[in-house]
Amino acid sequence: MSQSPTTDTLPPTAGDAAANAVQGIDQAAGNFSYKMDYAFDAGTGLTEDTIRYISSVKKEAPWILEFRLNALKQFRAKPMPTHWATKDLENINFDKIRYYLAQGQKPKRTWDEVPDDIKKTFERLGIPEQERKFLAGVEAQFDSEAAYSNVKDLVAKQGVIFLNSSEALREHPDLFRKFFGKVIPTGDNKFSALNSAVFSGGSFIYVPKGVKVSHPLQAYFRINAENFGQFERTLIIADEGAELTYMEGCTAPKFSTSTLHSAVVELVALKGAKIQYITVQNWANNVFNLVTKRGVAHEEAEIKWIDCNIGSRLTMKYPGVVLKGRKARGEVISIALANDGQHQDTGAKMIHAADETTSNIVAKSISVGQGRSTYRGVVHIPKHLKGCKNNTECDALLINTNSRTDTYPAITVRGDANSVQHEASVSKVSEEQIFYMQQRGLTEGQAMSLSVNGFVNDLATQFPMEYSVELKRLIDLEMEGSVG
Amino acid sequence: MSQLDIKDLHVSIGEKAIVKGLTLTVRSGEVHAIMGPNGTGKSTLAKAVAGHPSYTITSGDVLLDGRSILVMEPDERARAGLFLAFQYPSEIPGVSIANFLRAAVQARMGEGEELDAAAYYKRLYSKMDLLKMDRKFTSRAINDGFSGGEKKRCEILQMAMLEPKFALMDETDSGLDIDALRIVADGVNALRSTNLGVLMITHYQRLLGYIVPDHVHVMWDGRIVKSGDKSLALELEAKGYDWVKTELVPA
Repeated sequence: MSQSPTTDTLPPTAGDAAANAVQGIDQAAGNFSYKMDYAFDAGTGLTEDTIRYISSVKKEAPWILEFRLNALKQFRAKPMPTHWATKDLENINFDKIRYYLAQGQKPKRTWDEVPDDIKKTFERLGIPEQERKFLAGVEAQFDSEAAYSNVKDLVAKQGVIFLNSSEALREHPDLFRKFFGKVIPTGDNKFSALNSAVFSGGSFIYVPKGVKVSHPLQAYFRINAENFGQFERTLIIADEGAELTYMEGCTAPKFSTSTLHSAVVELVALKGAKIQYITVQNWANNVFNLVTKRGVAHEEAEIKWIDCNIGSRLTMKYPGVVLKGRKARGEVISIALANDGQHQDTGAKMIHAADETTSNIVAKSISVGQGRSTYRGVVHIPKHLKGCKNNTECDALLINTNSRTDTYPAITVRGDANSVQHEASVSKVSEEQIFYMQQRGLTEGQAMSLSVNGFVNDLATQFPMEYSVELKRLIDLEMEGSVG
Repeated sequence: MSQLDIKDLHVSIGEKAIVKGLTLTVRSGEVHAIMGPNGTGKSTLAKAVAGHPSYTITSGDVLLDGRSILVMEPDERARAGLFLAFQYPSEIPGVSIANFLRAAVQARMGEGEELDAAAYYKRLYSKMDLLKMDRKFTSRAINDGFSGGEKKRCEILQMAMLEPKFALMDETDSGLDIDALRIVADGVNALRSTNLGVLMITHYQRLLGYIVPDHVHVMWDGRIVKSGDKSLALELEAKGYDWVKTELVPA
């Protein structure tokens, strides 16, 4: 591994994308990579030295290094969860992954200060005009570090702290340490341990008591180096009565060799606070996307995850809410689209830990071609609680006979003072429906795209406008490539 | 002035021959009715002409203004001016009538051309006024939970918006009570023009009391066995399909 910050860079090449053998997808359409110079690079492979290097480049306090080294031990000790999850996980080669890259730039504050190269990437991402306006309020994670951020100044007037996690560790160590790793302990699962060992980037947000952040805070994430795993760490705290909406959108360049994305997102909603966390992601077909997301909702607090997964080779993600205080509410709205060569293993976890807590899960999955969707849900209501309610709905749409969908709901409800409802459905886009739409002049691809958009429509309308536009565009792109 | 020529058409579903040599020409401005008992191949004819993938055309041809459409995909045929009003229209959950029609209108525009949303809605509402439809109708998902009458009216609205050269109307009267039938028939009559050719497929004469055809054809076992003017429909009504079987079908 390299100890020098300027050597051993591996700029990605566009040619690799063409070699990707996953069928039915237009590889060129999502090829966003171009040459970049990486100022810091931890080389490939994962050892204690890698972690010491990351920690020293980031000039971290000793406790963080200890935290990371402990996490590495736990990561190594934990087996792959292949006793319940797909064996495809065994194909991740941890020795070939790059665990840290940064641009070596300070985060920018205004659009003018953003380097042309980065602007060019946004251009290539094809962000609609409507959203470009929004870029004034965007925090974009460019590889490991936030490359651009100015919304911070705006919200700072309300006393909101909005930093990347490295900055937050330096500037607000006490606040960070108080909540960090409490919702998702290092040893929660193998990949939360990995993230805890090598995390960099991600956001830290603190919203003070009673402050309602008027517009959503945003972050764009992308991966831009071959074999480079991205391990962002996000921690959001909404103090009593505070309200916040956070949105992340992910697009990634397409590479021939597998990449790993393993984030950890922790949310804390104190008494009466509301947090809404929205994700629309479109990973390349070779990305392993193994993310742990969980929030704790205190008394009368509300946490809502809106999670939309498109692309990736394998996504495993089960956003959860621990309903810790009386009358807390938790919600997961999830959309997953599995195209050829993709497996979306997604779901939700609702852990009721106080009286009169309510939770709602609505999960819709679309499987196309060889694509595979799996829903896993956990709803836990212990016997001693009263007045708890859960509603779970899972709907699957199959787009041809090769598609596969599985549902594994684990609902543990004890005691008779609580109620649960569970509904599941599987439907198909039939030949008759496609013919009907074609008869009105739509191509087969347009017809499929329209039925998929129709299937998720009731959920998509819950997204902010520009995100539902983005979602529609992503679905169109996926469906165009899936026909013929 | 356009012309739809069906020439000695043979259609099979799997191995089974259904349409067995049918020839018919429809010109702009004409309304043709095809009558016949169930299972005689009327709906198969309509779906095969529209390009349904389950129907195989084993011989013969279908020409639109002299050009064969058989090599064309169903959506290309639609954009070339062919409209099929379905007997059993599909439900498309979550897709509103307004959005669906908008996508269909957009599909008829050239590359890079953008649909003018204001003009589109203006036209949509004028067509709905013409068909005496409530504007709230367009925000409902296509055919999802519609009554039989609503489904057929939705088909007519689509036909009005897409302005085809030829409309194939498959059992448009089926499942309608008398009031719904009158509303649908009024709609079709409002759309009759010198630019539109209509091929109506029906089991019963009663529809033809509301939409008066220029030509009537009797279909039996995959072929047209008799053609005439509107009086043929009345004769058929009076004498019944047994008459066709005993008098018209060659032994």
